[in-house]
Amino acid sequence: MMNHINRRQFIQLVGGGSVLASSIGLVACSKQSTTSGRVVIIGGGFGGATCAKYLQRFDPDLDITLVEPKQNFVTCPFSNLVLGGLREMDSISHSYEAHSKRGIKVLHTSAREIDPTGKKVQLADGTTLEYDRLVVSPGIDFRWEDIENMSPGDAEKLPHAWNGGPQTVTLRRQLTAMPDGGTVIIAPPANPFRCPPGPYERASMIASYLKQNKPKSKVLILDAKTKFSKQPLFMQGWEALYGDMIEWVSGDAGGRITGVDIAGRALYNELGEEHAGSVVNLIPPQKAGKIAHAADLVDDTGWCPVNQRTFESSRHPDIHVIGDASLAGAMPKSGFAANNHGKVCAAAIVSALHNTTMPEPSYVNTCYSLVGPDYGISVAAVYRYSDEEGIYAVKEAGGVSPGDVGPDFREQEARYTRGWYASITSDTWG
Amino acid sequence: MSRLPFPAALLFTVASFSVSFNASAAEISQGAMLSNSCAACHGTDGKSPGAIPKLHGKSAEFIENALMEFRSGERDSTVMQRHATGYSDEEITLIADYFAGLN
Repeated sequence: MMNHINRRQFIQLVGGGSVLASSIGLVACSKQSTTSGRVVIIGGGFGGATCAKYLQRFDPDLDITLVEPKQNFVTCPFSNLVLGGLREMDSISHSYEAHSKRGIKVLHTSAREIDPTGKKVQLADGTTLEYDRLVVSPGIDFRWEDIENMSPGDAEKLPHAWNGGPQTVTLRRQLTAMPDGGTVIIAPPANPFRCPPGPYERASMIASYLKQNKPKSKVLILDAKTKFSKQPLFMQGWEALYGDMIEWVSGDAGGRITGVDIAGRALYNELGEEHAGSVVNLIPPQKAGKIAHAADLVDDTGWCPVNQRTFESSRHPDIHVIGDASLAGAMPKSGFAANNHGKVCAAAIVSALHNTTMPEPSYVNTCYSLVGPDYGISVAAVYRYSDEEGIYAVKEAGGVSPGDVGPDFREQEARYTRGWYASITSDTWG
Repeated sequence: MSRLPFPAALLFTVASFSVSFNASAAEISQGAMLSNSCAACHGTDGKSPGAIPKLHGKSAEFIENALMEFRSGERDSTVMQRHATGYSDEEITLIADYFAGLN
């Protein structure tokens, strides 16, 4: 557009006087250097892909590179619907075509090393990228060492399926192959972990599949925690839809798993009590994704401390960490929160590069869960930032769906659950 | 530099005055910041592709009234009361004006 201005138009603009100075200013600057800054983003999930898109929307002159090994990103949200047989993998896979069309460079490789002093990222394919600002959105990695006798290689037999992808397919295949009358064990980790209501939606979706196809089967949840997200609503829904098919064992009643017996497809707790299952879904304790550890962005919690207003790392300047990997105050580790971080972080970076005032950040989270195909529940919150508290929840707002409503309300929330997925994935990858 | 089509000196003279103008062009409004949060459910720019109501194409009055009524409980909702109670009158007006401004 303005870059294509020709000599005659330029003279006309100059001749036009000072009123036009602002548009000339833009022309001159974009001529002087073609970009307003180089931003590299590592990770193309809800955090990174959203950040890339909104950076480009806020400032089309930025030079933006998104580094993501996968050609198609499979979301963890709605992978439970695949397990329940309500969705196919294709419908939860998203490409980066829209990013490319926006002029964002998408490199399908992984980041190997970050040099925070030289402001460079080394990629697995040998390329080095220089940046003015770096965004790291690496998602989660697992603390295998916290589970006795478990190694990453065992995850094929005992899939965690806590990243959308091949493990989702493995777990689905195990469910369809199991006999009627079998037990599916789900073992959620202690806090904090990705998607707090996720394991309980998973139990719901698996029960929905079993009820229709293998009605003598059971779902046993062996929980490291003593309570969980939207607990009364889930339990109310389970009773209404599945009777006593789902059993939840609290962490203080033997639910806390400390080790596995891979050959016996069994989990054992701190008392040595074993539970064997036809299908065992162990969701290991978690920490920030690999590159965050390699780049010294984590503290002793295993997660990444940040300035919660800008998501700039507390450990290295000009590097921002967003999504599940970051310590984002009161916000949960969710795809919704990561999408939100992406926008706040994009605003912080554009404001910093242009030396303008960043607007007050706006943070929101909503987690929808399906208890049954037509039975949805939600938890929502609005957050603000203060220097003293970081990101905190606004007391007057938020909360869970009401308990005392009829099936119409649950049906409407189930429709909105699907509507939410359509919206957030198009907001992130569209 | 060598690609500049016109006397570079003049261009740079102009450029030196341009910093603040360029900066204001990239300034992100409070309305945009607030409204971008809505996009996760209502779609980018309020263009919801699914079951959640679109905000794109709605008037400022419509959005402002809806948010005020969700907040007071005057209008029934599933989740919107839980969101609307998190915002001041001024913020609701900024959100309504932002979406209406996209029309």
